[in-house]
Amino acid sequence: MSNIKYILGSFGDPDEMMHGIEKLQENNIKIYDVYTPMPIHGIEAKLGIKRSRLDILAFFCGITGTASAFALIYLTSVVDWRNNIGGKPAFALPDFIPIMFELTILFTAFGLVLSYYASTHLFPGRAPRVMDLRATDDRFIIAVDAQQNAEHSKIDGLLKDAGAIEVKHNERKYISYE
Amino acid sequence: MSGHNESILREPLITGQDITYAQITSDILDPVENKPNKAWWIGFILALCGATLWLVAVSYTFWNGIGSWGLNKTVGWAWDITGFVWWVGIGHAGTLISAVLLLFRQNWRNSINRSAEAMTIFAVICAATYVVSHMGRPWLAYWVLPLPNQFGSLWVNFNSPLVWDMFAISTYFSVSLLFWYTGLLPDIATIRDRATGLRRKIYSIFSFGWSGNVKTWQRFETVSLILAGISTPLVLSVHTIVSMDFATSVIPGWHTTIFPPYFVAGAIFSGFAMVLTLLLVARKVLGLENYITMFHIESMNKIIILTGSIVGVAYITEFFIAWYSGSEYEAYAFVNRSTGPYWWAYWMMMTCNVISPQLLWFKKIRLSIPATWILSIVVNIGMWFERFVIIVTSLHRDYLPSSWAMFYPTWVDVSVFVGSIGVFFTLFLLFLRVLPSIAIAEVKLLLKSSSEQAKMAQIKDGHLDKVHVKEYVESLEKFDSVKQEEYAKI
Repeated sequence: MSNIKYILGSFGDPDEMMHGIEKLQENNIKIYDVYTPMPIHGIEAKLGIKRSRLDILAFFCGITGTASAFALIYLTSVVDWRNNIGGKPAFALPDFIPIMFELTILFTAFGLVLSYYASTHLFPGRAPRVMDLRATDDRFIIAVDAQQNAEHSKIDGLLKDAGAIEVKHNERKYISYE
Repeated sequence: MSGHNESILREPLITGQDITYAQITSDILDPVENKPNKAWWIGFILALCGATLWLVAVSYTFWNGIGSWGLNKTVGWAWDITGFVWWVGIGHAGTLISAVLLLFRQNWRNSINRSAEAMTIFAVICAATYVVSHMGRPWLAYWVLPLPNQFGSLWVNFNSPLVWDMFAISTYFSVSLLFWYTGLLPDIATIRDRATGLRRKIYSIFSFGWSGNVKTWQRFETVSLILAGISTPLVLSVHTIVSMDFATSVIPGWHTTIFPPYFVAGAIFSGFAMVLTLLLVARKVLGLENYITMFHIESMNKIIILTGSIVGVAYITEFFIAWYSGSEYEAYAFVNRSTGPYWWAYWMMMTCNVISPQLLWFKKIRLSIPATWILSIVVNIGMWFERFVIIVTSLHRDYLPSSWAMFYPTWVDVSVFVGSIGVFFTLFLLFLRVLPSIAIAEVKLLLKSSSEQAKMAQIKDGHLDKVHVKEYVESLEKFDSVKQEEYAKI
């Protein structure tokens, strides 16, 4: 046997899939990844995925935005070119606040979303790495690397017992490249 | 999600028995994967005629200048800014639904947020076109940007609310677009994996290679939550700044501190009305009754009563303060508004925004689709008049009685406005054809907890308080998509 690269357990129900993950882990079978049509709450703890640090990043993007807006307004309308508007002070901080606020939001949103795209490798035209076409529709897929885990029939049995509707042995990692 | 049952006291968010994940996908993608029906074509052709009219009228304005509008030296802002504020206001409901209701964990937003946010984006596009076309010399539109220049490094005036507005609207548009598109990625991937040939290739490009693995989903949820967190103050700031275009001036009738909250409430009010106008039709034509239920419609109607009443209180407060301030110019502006030559516009606004939405206190009206639909249009007419009243009636009688004037729109004014509605509907109808009108992944999340079938299973399981079950079954009476016979047996 061993053209098989990945074993996929295809579940119709998220709770059964979670049960499948537990079963595999109890038997020390390493899970490669899980593909689902919707977010599954609590799965990251099970698979040992660390907490996202995107929130920290978002905060610093926001601060950068605030500072950039202040710098822009201060350097243009206080330092570079003072306008005499009815004798009012050029350094009118309350008037700076709306733009400082807007740029805070703008920088946070763009910094956050672009880092998210970069860290999860999402960009326009990227070839989709899909193991099972129904993973975006109605199936919850557990993928196990067949090369690292030799006991294929045991894996099949565990997945079936947990409630997998079908178990696939894929000879190619991603079926989406035609 | 897993292993927990939602209380039976909450109304179901997805109705129908034997709904599966696969069925949700195909129900929602039905209009995207099949040829459009007659109703869509009729709507699209009408909208396209409107869009063409808009193109003609805007080109005419660009060619001949804004002298082709009915403006005069007293009324220098009229239908252009009325239309601008109206459209921006309509946009606000989309962000409110997708961001504020997410923070409050209102799960009913899951099936309406996608189309509401699309509406936001298209409404802001319509608003932005007004800003550009009212500039007179639109080819110099980049002058609003703080760009290094050859005019002796003369910068924009950062003390001006019009410059703040430029920052607010462009931030609002781009952040809404990011939020909407990121939410669309998993659903575009769903279309991609069901399509073949060229369609698959196109959707593949736009899906950014989404695979739906654990890490991507986990990050996705973090990103959604943070975007919701920053969009909430953003949406409030946008209409606040729009209102400052008026409030920071010294024109009686504009120079009031109540404007920011009053404009924000009005924006949410008109936005929800527009969401209802669109979704009541879309739900019927696209057959989405199981996902956009009577509960959703009733909830939106409740928000309309609330915000409509806030707007009503604001009108009355404004009137009271005009008298109480002791400023005769301020008082005159308001007396003139309600009894002067534009009395009909003022009372149109009062009737449509304050009086008629109160009908929604009656449950029968709140749950009647035709009544709700008509009221939603009435609200939008009223909100257009609100902006017209604020802008035109405050300007038309200035400090010098010899220059008092009336505003008469020309065919160009009317065509730009009617045309912008055409542009909006053209974009919206195209959206319904190429992208899922309901967030598929988010609705799937509700299937096991908040659907009618999950609650039915709980009832059949027993162990529930009989009083609660009775209450639940009674609450289902308002749903037009629930088969009542199923419950007669219990």
